[in-house]
Amino acid sequence: MALLLRKLCPTGNVASLRASSHFVFSPSKADPSLGETTKLNLYQSINNAMHTALETDPTACVFGEDIAFGGVFRCSLGLQDKFGKDRVFNTPLCEQGIAGFAIGLAAAGSTAIAEIQFGDYIFPAYDQIVNEAAKYRYRSGGQFNSGKLTIRATWGAVGHGALYHSQSPEANFTHTPGLKVVIPRGPIQAKGLLLACIEDPDPCIFFEPKVLYRAAVEDVPVGKYTLPIGKAEIVKPGKDATLLAWGTQLHVVLEVANIAKEKLGIDAEVIDLQSIAPWDVDTVANSVVKTGRLLVSHEAPLTSGFAAEVAATIQRECFLNLEAPIARVCGWDTPFPHVFEPVYLPTKWRVLDQLKQLVEF
Amino acid sequence: MGVRSLSSTVNEATFQTRPYKLHKLDTPPKSEVVVTRDDAIHYYREMQVIRRLETAAGNLYKEKIVRGFCHLYTGQEACAVGMHAAMDKDDGLITSYRCHGWTYLLGSTVVEVISELSGKISGNVYGKGGSMHMYERTFFGGNGIVGAQQALGAGVAFAHKYNGKKNVCFTLYGDGAANQGQLFECTNMAKLWNVPVIFVCENNGYGMGTAANRASADTNYYTRGDFVPGIWVDAMDVISVREAVQYCRDYANAGKGPLMLELATYRFVGHSMSDPGTGYRTREEVQEARKTRDPIHGFKDKIIAANLVTEAELKDIDKSVRKEVDDAVMHAHQDGVLPWEGLYTDLYHNTPPQFIRGCITEESIVQPYTNSSELVKKLGLKPKTYSA
Repeated sequence: MALLLRKLCPTGNVASLRASSHFVFSPSKADPSLGETTKLNLYQSINNAMHTALETDPTACVFGEDIAFGGVFRCSLGLQDKFGKDRVFNTPLCEQGIAGFAIGLAAAGSTAIAEIQFGDYIFPAYDQIVNEAAKYRYRSGGQFNSGKLTIRATWGAVGHGALYHSQSPEANFTHTPGLKVVIPRGPIQAKGLLLACIEDPDPCIFFEPKVLYRAAVEDVPVGKYTLPIGKAEIVKPGKDATLLAWGTQLHVVLEVANIAKEKLGIDAEVIDLQSIAPWDVDTVANSVVKTGRLLVSHEAPLTSGFAAEVAATIQRECFLNLEAPIARVCGWDTPFPHVFEPVYLPTKWRVLDQLKQLVEF
Repeated sequence: MGVRSLSSTVNEATFQTRPYKLHKLDTPPKSEVVVTRDDAIHYYREMQVIRRLETAAGNLYKEKIVRGFCHLYTGQEACAVGMHAAMDKDDGLITSYRCHGWTYLLGSTVVEVISELSGKISGNVYGKGGSMHMYERTFFGGNGIVGAQQALGAGVAFAHKYNGKKNVCFTLYGDGAANQGQLFECTNMAKLWNVPVIFVCENNGYGMGTAANRASADTNYYTRGDFVPGIWVDAMDVISVREAVQYCRDYANAGKGPLMLELATYRFVGHSMSDPGTGYRTREEVQEARKTRDPIHGFKDKIIAANLVTEAELKDIDKSVRKEVDDAVMHAHQDGVLPWEGLYTDLYHNTPPQFIRGCITEESIVQPYTNSSELVKKLGLKPKTYSA
């Protein structure tokens, strides 16, 4: 069996497997009522959102590692030139310090937009986020809070990031009451959701899928707009099964839905969860009531990934509507690997295979 | 190293080390030291191997054979070679991600290092780690999260002391990671418990894209240990580094506790292969450093002038180093990767058999291997072992 696997994926193919991307970006359209649009990619739309925030909120500050020259992904380009060094500045290399500092700033009444350069590096800051930011309002009986805090962090597989540049740590934070966790699928959602997080009166963590920074281009409304936190979006309506995902993976399941429609005659409904904590139970449940079948997919490892939470809630809400057990197609329970990324990721083939089994149950 | 000793060269020469700066210490490392011909040839060769190895890694990265993140040591060779020259074979060492040169010095072959970078099965850890995660018998990695290794190094040193060994552990970090809270924590533990750990800050002037003076309130990193004495070393000179490290070993092994070393060095390349290295410093600055402060050229001039070696001998060494590295690159091009079962190996001591789906449903299997060395043996290859 081992030899068979090796033969079918010989050396040459491995390099090409790693070089090609595992998804195809599907652009979305903005609500026409938001007016004039312009073509922006993900880092430009995030840049635009931060520009807007700094312009409209005089207490807002943006800080993080190497952000002054524009940041390693160009998200903070031009901000220091326009708004000055006392509002846009580099921090030393100290995630715990960055988070703690940001929480203090927020608690004292300034809008703090802190960047953690890679989501994989967020763990030194974990104590601050979980024990300080999340619990400030609760433990002070509402007298104090760190609601003006937004932490931005890059997120997800990028094709060659290996162990420490590819992680999806959202489940580590959804488990902590007091925090909000938001993950956009493209530039239009990113601008609206990031502005919503910045204005939100609770501490928010905004994960940005790094592989989409340049790859995702959409017509983004130029004006200021926010999108509601806590609402999922039905990206493609359907009736035979519900596919739920977020971030980069949303594009993978969208492609699967298209393949399934064309090749298998399965009309799947695709939902972008967008807001992971709090999450839109109603939209997902109503969809499952209609379709009877649910498949949740994310890059993070299977055990205790957010799909587990969705599955547990939906089986309770929609028990009598379910035609098949809820399927989860996720990363395997290993550290994010180096050369094994192509088999670690929940690719469209794994999702399609599970969708087929779901429908044929 | 198979180089004929010509009658006109001498067997040893005396050199002056570059001036040291001290923090809470009375006596500096030696200012006048003897370097033998064999040592001179050895240090030169090792620095050249690292230089060529890193250049090859850069080229492989551009060819997309090496993927991910790759951080080169070009310009900093004297730090590693100088330190290693004074280290005992059982001393521990841990660093962050600029670690390819160290992996070679501490026992891996050039093939193993380049293969690991390329994710190939002949790699130092079978390709499971990549650029930032290479290991050897006394080398605890290769770490991605800077700051984490500082405390680990203190722990390794404590183990040496606890087991009654006259060994130290060198824990390396950069000027950027010098601001990590963890460093403060483990410096305190090290001094409190008299742990034989040497904190080594490789200060190359930039924490990725941020100049040292814009990230640190105090850039005298050798004093940042406060109650831990420190030494500043001009680390573009391999001999100065060697003497400082010898001093540190003697100090720690005499039971006096930890020391903090600052190696003032410079990297000629960007932070990583994704960084051209000119966004935050001028091209002139880099060119100036390459011209006037190159550790290999500096050492070469010194040993030729002292008549320890001839220019021709060094040229021979350059040729043999080039061949060794080129052969390794060819090997890496041709070698395969660990089979997919390697995804699940080395999770736990006894990784329970997982159900793995293959590329298509029909190829689903139950994971048969607990660790990578079992898998490698099944393929008829020799697993990585550490020579004592």
